Amino acid sequence: MSAPLSADLAQIGKSVVIKGELSGSEDLYVDGQVEGSIALKNHSLTVGPNGQVKASVDAKGVVVQGKLEGNVQASDRVELRKSAVVTGDITTQRISIEEGAYLKGKVDISGKADKAAGK
Amino acid sequence: MATVAQNFMKLFRSSSSPSPAESQQVPQKLTRRSSGLGELSRLWDSETPLTVLDLGSTSPTNITFFTGRGHKIYSEDLLVASTEPQLVTKDEQGNMVLDSRKFLADNLLYPAAHFDVVLCWNLADYLDESLVRPVMGRLWSVLKPGGMLLAFFHTKDAGPDSPCYRFHIIGKDTLEMQRIVMRREARRGPTGAIHTAIVDSFRLQRVFNNRHIETLFRDFASIKFFLARDNVREVMVVR
Repeated sequence: MSAPLSADLAQIGKSVVIKGELSGSEDLYVDGQVEGSIALKNHSLTVGPNGQVKASVDAKGVVVQGKLEGNVQASDRVELRKSAVVTGDITTQRISIEEGAYLKGKVDISGKADKAAGK
Repeated sequence: MATVAQNFMKLFRSSSSPSPAESQQVPQKLTRRSSGLGELSRLWDSETPLTVLDLGSTSPTNITFFTGRGHKIYSEDLLVASTEPQLVTKDEQGNMVLDSRKFLADNLLYPAAHFDVVLCWNLADYLDESLVRPVMGRLWSVLKPGGMLLAFFHTKDAGPDSPCYRFHIIGKDTLEMQRIVMRREARRGPTGAIHTAIVDSFRLQRVFNNRHIETLFRDFASIKFFLARDNVREVMVVR
């Protein structure tokens, strides 16, 4: 599966390995390896089918097709596709998980609780 | 050219193994009533958010069920985790066993008294013998005092080919059961390694009788049995 084409989409190809802090103000598609942290406050991260991410993720939306190890904080939504292998805690407002996805970790839907608590 | 023995074995394979076309079919979902789940369901409407641990295969239905009610759910597939090749070791007699210390160093890593409910499903029946007691010990410690654990056990009438199911909560006391068919994706454990030891599904390892079950949960404060019609006993224990 190839990455969706968009003018505001940065791509990390499957032969690329990055270690460190990644931050940006555009959507990011990772089909390579990333280790460290990823911060995309108002944008989305997509981990492609070949992607291997070992990082804490803070983004608006997160779509996982490959492997992700680390805690995920998504202000909008998280999608785990059927080939996803995720190890880590997920905090988000909405989540969708396809049959076949593997998750080891907590799912915390923060929106409702936060609103109820007046946060 | 196939040998006579190979052709002979094909006779057995054709009667017991599904054809490739069959094995690629989407597993059918069955519905069953669960008295144990019915007992637990009193908790679901609790104002206080519950912390629930689901030890079955990752179930989108269960995640939606609990998060939709404001509860926190943890998902951890211990059967898949138990197929990690690095766990295989030998005991003093040279028998192949799984290293329970390593298993517990990598799995079920939660603070003590963290969960209100643990959904164990049929884990104990399909988990390797060397892991059953250590896992139950760890589950006792991660349950809150008064916390509840639901487990299913086959009765002696169940055959060794009893299929391993994943369980989806679809109602107050209703479960949808989906036969676990190991696909390439599902064979990948947390490390991403492909687990070639698994052929089609998990096999029933043993059948516990009531006394074995009571011994298994002897550290818990109370135990309650529900006998179902489908050769399954449901057991609810309270820490």
